[in-house]
Amino acid sequence: MTSDRGRLTLGAVAYDPKVVTIWDGFRRWFAAQDLDVDYVLFSNYERQVEELLAGSIDVAWNSPLAWVRTRRLAEAAGGQARTLAMRDSDRDLTSVVVVREGADAAVAGLSGKVVGTGAVDSPQGTLLPLAHLAQLGLDSGVTVRRFEVGVGLHGDHVGGERDAARALVAGEVDAACMIDGNHLLFAREGILAAGSTRIVAQTPPYDHCNMTVVDGPDGGDPARDALLDRFAELLLAMDYGDPAVRPLLDLEGLKQWLPGRLNGYRQLEEAVDAAGFYDQAGRVTAQGYQP
Amino acid sequence: MLSPTEDLVGLGGIGLDQGGHLLIDRALRPLAPGQRLKVSDGGENLGVHLRAWARSRGHGVEGDVVVKGAAGDRRLAGAVRAGGPDPSQIVDHPPRSWGLAARGALVELGGPDLASADLDSRPQVWSDLAPKLYAQATAAQWDPATAVDWQATAGMSSDELPDEVETAVVQVMTFLIENEQAALAVPAHFLGRIHPHFREVVQLLAVQVADEARHIEVFTRRARLRGLPLGVSGAGGRASLQTLLDEPDWSLASFLLSVLGEGTFLSLLSFLERYAPDPVTARIAHLALQDEARHVAFGLGHLTEEVATDAGLRGRLQAAIERRHDTLAATAGLASDVHDALVVLAAGSWDPPAIARGWDRVQALQADMDEGRRHRLVRLGFTSREATELSALHTRNFM
Repeated sequence: MTSDRGRLTLGAVAYDPKVVTIWDGFRRWFAAQDLDVDYVLFSNYERQVEELLAGSIDVAWNSPLAWVRTRRLAEAAGGQARTLAMRDSDRDLTSVVVVREGADAAVAGLSGKVVGTGAVDSPQGTLLPLAHLAQLGLDSGVTVRRFEVGVGLHGDHVGGERDAARALVAGEVDAACMIDGNHLLFAREGILAAGSTRIVAQTPPYDHCNMTVVDGPDGGDPARDALLDRFAELLLAMDYGDPAVRPLLDLEGLKQWLPGRLNGYRQLEEAVDAAGFYDQAGRVTAQGYQP
Repeated sequence: MLSPTEDLVGLGGIGLDQGGHLLIDRALRPLAPGQRLKVSDGGENLGVHLRAWARSRGHGVEGDVVVKGAAGDRRLAGAVRAGGPDPSQIVDHPPRSWGLAARGALVELGGPDLASADLDSRPQVWSDLAPKLYAQATAAQWDPATAVDWQATAGMSSDELPDEVETAVVQVMTFLIENEQAALAVPAHFLGRIHPHFREVVQLLAVQVADEARHIEVFTRRARLRGLPLGVSGAGGRASLQTLLDEPDWSLASFLLSVLGEGTFLSLLSFLERYAPDPVTARIAHLALQDEARHVAFGLGHLTEEVATDAGLRGRLQAAIERRHDTLAATAGLASDVHDALVVLAAGSWDPPAIARGWDRVQALQADMDEGRRHRLVRLGFTSREATELSALHTRNFM
């Protein structure tokens, strides 16, 4: 593990070119605070999680789905996963199911209809809203049409949700699933004109990304943990008033780092089980999922 | 129900997908972090959108209540005013971190330094004349298509304007065009190096560049007006102009170009206006003369102010003239093509008495140029004797 040399290696997924800008900038900022942080980019979250478990990286900037898999893999191996920090914008998100204005406003009206979702591995665009619809009694009564953009990115790429929204407007699907903020975004982009859609379901709040660390069966490595503690301390100390980090925080979509918390992932754990996406040991069991 | 500690904003039925967030932002502005704002009447999706919007802005949300976050107000922590919009509020040394910000703007910290703006000192760049000259410059812009009656020369008979005289006019125009190319390139080169804080100077130089572009146009148009081929571009003339382009120092370049070169051109254009054998030549010389007088006034103005604060500048100006003279010592000076063309132009014909008259007029022109240069050098604080010596070293190529 690279922390043996006093350096922390972070894994992040390259869902957008701006990821390089963000982590290059953060790397320089950490260096200015005397903490040697480097980063490795992965093309998909599954590989990132596997490398975290293998010890190739010290900490992973994980999607919520990657967190679920990491937790399962770590516990199956006798260790445990924990989280150091998350963005203020990672807390208490919801997803919504949207129909065209004028359609049946009751969720039951979706029975027998086509629901457009994001990519197969999108928590917010697919797994969570579909699980929610199932809980509302539409378990097998809808046909799902997935818009597979950026498979392996766990929904970080907004394209799948956007395509589902476009399909809704075009009448190709009867409903579309998306994160609450994207319903607002797509209105501003002109894809979903104000008043042209109606929200028929909203999930309970859930949490999104977090900085994930894995401890082995024998606990953590003290040298690495000291670096991780300092890393978390510096993350939480980043100040939006600091012009050196503000552009990076803007790019990463947060105003402030907050301590990680684990009570916002239960809904996704259940959705993963319901969809058969991972098994309890963290193995990928989703049909046809090829990140 | 409104808690006693909550403010209230009603959105009048406008959703956050219709601009309703502007009303919330406005209501939050005077609140301190942690204060609560109840939002109502924001359409049927208010609950969903308020949560998403507040999260993206770093605010908390509890049902229909926004709890103001601390981060948003931190955006302008440490922000400073970039001086003030009025010229009286210019600062002596604007930092490059102000970049392209409008003078007087509240500048958020961060963002790139304007690395190219190395001319960033008030004494070096600024002249109190700049705002006034810029206003005059914009008011005095003219359109070549309408300000000149091109037909007045195009329609002259060959008796009125013989080809042998027209050839001289075309040669002079050919010479003027290459000089104006240099007069365009030099300020254009420095424009991007002047800190935008000195806005009026940048604006004035931009108009100066546009002036020169127009001069190039009208001199070219005049040269082609009667169908003769353009004249000769002498190697010595181009070598002289090249030294202007090669001067990297703003003050020295301004001195060589505006005070000495364009200053000398004031005499030349005045001469052309007076002795032109046709109305278009006289008219375009008159129009260009007005513009050039402004260019000279600015160059002289800012150097006069700079000389007053920089004791060593006069010595550097002197050295610049001497250095340029040495560089050009091996060149021919004003090409005989140009000199002779000026004689014929001022003569208006090839009759011997007319040629003699033209010769005298060109001699007087050169004396007038020398007098003008000496006068401007004295304005910059040189003694009369120094001015005489330095004027004599000025390029024989006029510009």
